[in-house]
Amino acid sequence: METKKLAIIATKGTLDWAYPPFILASTAAALGYEVQVFFTFYGLQLVRKDLSALKVSPLGNPGMPMKMPFGPKWFKGINWNIPNAVQAIIPGYETLATGLMKQTIKNCGVATIPELRELCQEADVKFIACQMTVDLFGFEHSDFIDGLEYAGAAMFFEFAGETDICLYI
Amino acid sequence: MNFDKELDARGLQCPLPILRCKKALQELASAQVLKIIATDPGAVKDFQAFAKQTGNELLSSAEAGGEYTFFMKKK
Repeated sequence: METKKLAIIATKGTLDWAYPPFILASTAAALGYEVQVFFTFYGLQLVRKDLSALKVSPLGNPGMPMKMPFGPKWFKGINWNIPNAVQAIIPGYETLATGLMKQTIKNCGVATIPELRELCQEADVKFIACQMTVDLFGFEHSDFIDGLEYAGAAMFFEFAGETDICLYI
Repeated sequence: MNFDKELDARGLQCPLPILRCKKALQELASAQVLKIIATDPGAVKDFQAFAKQTGNELLSSAEAGGEYTFFMKKK
């Protein structure tokens, strides 16, 4: 059976968008796929050494359920639909939402982003950072994790063109 | 059923059970058996797919009191 290939282009840098590329990459790798992930634009945030800056914003995000991760069951079931106008005014609102999201994730036994990222690298998932956007945002190679390759789209297409699945996240 | 190694994947959600399984299998020799206990109901389908895709053999899969027990034989 020939090895299947998966390419993922990761372009977003918030906590909610961090999960899909790492979960898909690690799961595919566990199933025997050869996987490469190309991080570009805000996706670069996912390969920084320090991931504590990853946040999630409920602002303008009507698809996001907002439930408290603590308290009795009836309390946890309440969806706190805060209007955008209020969300935009309260300072520290994103930090609060991020904290609650992380607690919800932890309560459900879902892996953290650093953990998933490490599992990917252990499973030989290749991480490539877009050199162009690294320069664009004025990042240094020292900001990023080890084991990262730096390249452009042309080089990535060499692999992407041969894949069974190519995803844009 | 006899097994050579046990993996406690209770409380872990997708994709951790199969990721841990892959890692644990690396430490076994061919034809050895890994016992996995998980609580994620999604793990049932995940392990079936894992076995199918990787060529390892899922010897059995059972559920008791909210816990799922799998025996995976390394190819």
